[in-house]
Amino acid sequence: MRGPALSSLAPRAAEEGGFQPPTISETHLPEILPWMAEWGTGFGKNMLLALLSVLLIYVLFTWSIRKNALVPSRGQYVAESAYGFVRNTLGRDILGEKHFKPWVPLLFTVFFFVLFNNLFGAIPFLQLPTFSHAGPAYALAGVVWFVWVVLGFKLHGGRFMKLMTVPSGVPKPLLIILTPLEFLSNFLIRPLTHSLRLMAVMLSGHIIVMLAGSGAEFLMVQQEGLGSTAMGVLVLLGSIPLYFLELIMMVLQAFVFALLTAIYIQSSVEADAH
Amino acid sequence: MISASLIQAAESEDANPLVPNVWELLVVLIGFAVLLVLVIKVIVPRFEAAYQNRIEAIEGGINQAEEAQAEAAELKAQYEQQLADSRAEASSIRDEARSEAGQIVAEAQEKAAAEASRIREQANAQIAAERASAAAALKADVGTLATDLASKIVGEALEDDARSQRVVDRFLTDLESEQAQGAAH
Repeated sequence: MRGPALSSLAPRAAEEGGFQPPTISETHLPEILPWMAEWGTGFGKNMLLALLSVLLIYVLFTWSIRKNALVPSRGQYVAESAYGFVRNTLGRDILGEKHFKPWVPLLFTVFFFVLFNNLFGAIPFLQLPTFSHAGPAYALAGVVWFVWVVLGFKLHGGRFMKLMTVPSGVPKPLLIILTPLEFLSNFLIRPLTHSLRLMAVMLSGHIIVMLAGSGAEFLMVQQEGLGSTAMGVLVLLGSIPLYFLELIMMVLQAFVFALLTAIYIQSSVEADAH
Repeated sequence: MISASLIQAAESEDANPLVPNVWELLVVLIGFAVLLVLVIKVIVPRFEAAYQNRIEAIEGGINQAEEAQAEAAELKAQYEQQLADSRAEASSIRDEARSEAGQIVAEAQEKAAAEASRIREQANAQIAAERASAAAALKADVGTLATDLASKIVGEALEDDARSQRVVDRFLTDLESEQAQGAAH
């Protein structure tokens, strides 16, 4: 929706002559297939990136393991280390030696899907973390929440609800307050925080980068004078550490999202122990 | 094409970052599902297989080394056993040889002793026979010589044969008994 958004912003900026910060609307880039808008909002860059990540992950991992060599090449070693990280750090260490095997594919998919889509924000021209939009974040957190709930009821039956809402070792009167709180926290707030944590970090990072870019452009191009040009250069230089900070946040958020996924599944698998 | 109301709706949606774009949500869900299937069907099995292969290769190597070590230990034990066996055999052969040698020596000694006693007996018999024949010869000669000598000394008194024969016999008997006494001494 950039077109209309900009056209509505541009006159105002011209009138006031001041800096107009980019808005959240601008994180939504022009539609690639606008005709789809007949049935919704069109096929955006965001969706394309999400699908591109699927292709990238599949191709990169299958290509690196294609030889399945006993002594791995560099590519195979990197891919195996990445796989081993998810398998061992997220899977085995959290879910335990006994249960982790069937969950490795889900954890792997969650981690690398989020990681690749986050990293798109750091790649020039792509430059849009898919999860800076609420929709994808809700979708993924929803999937995890669904898995958690279904698994819990499948393993523990109706008792799962009790296990998740009635904390053990708490005096009975307190349960009147704690049980609804636990229910809210586990079944409603948990998926929200799971998705919004990721979305908010990605969105804020994206906005900071946009802000730095547009601010530098404003100072250097639209303002006259050496002073503002120098300021613009400073802003550009300042955006470089911000870029790397963002890079860290992208990896960290992917890790946190997958880690929480593993922890939620673990809480279902071993609800009795809680 | 794109109606104004749709754009309006989209814009108002975009304004709130918490309101999801349903199409994005769906596309991401589908993409995630596709990726999950690919990961389950292709990626995880391949990587697990690679893990398994490596584990087997490493464990196989360790097993092989252990086997080789066990084999070497067995061979060593075998060699030591053989060495001990051959040592025992050598010592038993030595003992046997020693006892055999002792036997041979004993046999030779026995044989030599028997031979010696046989030779001695033979010699004794020969000596006895020769002595007997010598004694018989001497008896006749000494008798005549003695009678000749005695007749020369005492003259004709002893010409009588019968008498002289008696004298000679007595003399010889005395001589023999003297001799026997001398042998006893």
